[in-house]
Amino acid sequence: MKAAVITFPGTNRESDVARALTASGAQVSHIWHGDHELPQGTDLVVLPGGFSYGDYLRCGAIAGRAHVMDAVRAHAARGGLVLGICNGFQILVESGLLPGVLMRNAGLKFVCRMQHLRVERADTRFSAQYTRHQSIEVCIAHGEGNYEADDDTIARLEGEGLVAFRYCDAAGHVGGESNPNGSRNDIAGIYSPGLNVLGMMPHPENLIEAIIGGVDGRGLFESLCA
Amino acid sequence: MKARVFVTLKNGVLDPQGKAIEGALKSLDVPGVTSVRQGKVFDIELAAGDAAHAQAALKVACEKLLANMVIENYQIEI
Repeated sequence: MKAAVITFPGTNRESDVARALTASGAQVSHIWHGDHELPQGTDLVVLPGGFSYGDYLRCGAIAGRAHVMDAVRAHAARGGLVLGICNGFQILVESGLLPGVLMRNAGLKFVCRMQHLRVERADTRFSAQYTRHQSIEVCIAHGEGNYEADDDTIARLEGEGLVAFRYCDAAGHVGGESNPNGSRNDIAGIYSPGLNVLGMMPHPENLIEAIIGGVDGRGLFESLCA
Repeated sequence: MKARVFVTLKNGVLDPQGKAIEGALKSLDVPGVTSVRQGKVFDIELAAGDAAHAQAALKVACEKLLANMVIENYQIEI
């Protein structure tokens, strides 16, 4: 697995996600946002979390139009894997690689805490090491994670099974108090129709070692590297 | 040439920030406030040219970057 982690000005989670990938056996190269090409043989592109361009204009808006995103779009169109975490998810929706938009949290607060997610399907390149409807504990840290899309888009995502993760409690019950940001249908992450692009607000890369709180995030990186 | 671009949320899109500002105005006893929606204003200077070209360039600017067409509308004043 050859992974390319893209860094924009203001990205701050590139080292964490590179560490999680390396721990699962990936070869990682770091790409700067001004680059026009991905390294030869790139299997997976990662857009890490952070605050690209200071969240100016809209979260992910400026990064979504950076030169390197043309290469990412071409990679995705060829069926290449793309993972966007947190600000990376915001960049994916702003770049048009995934539908919808991430709005200000319904409660208006930046939410930074541990969070359970229900794995909606365990048959993708990102999730094969989990089981369907497993409740995993990772963490969230965002102010704009309130996933919204028009009714047709939501119906299509649900109808085609493109919801990757939903916010739930420890027992796996979805929604209610466990929805931290007001996202439609408790959506925490979505796939592209080809299941090769995943955008998610939570941070699996934080939860790869017991000493820092848990290992439930490992499954995603181990799935990618399997 | 100077232009002003307004970017506002489409009708029906939830605006938590506007709601919070609306609540704050009500708590300040500003009379008669029934609703607040928050938007953005961009003051843009363009190299001298005719208004039609400026309008066309700003339309591109809005649709490529300034507005997220999923949730926002734009209005151009030249």
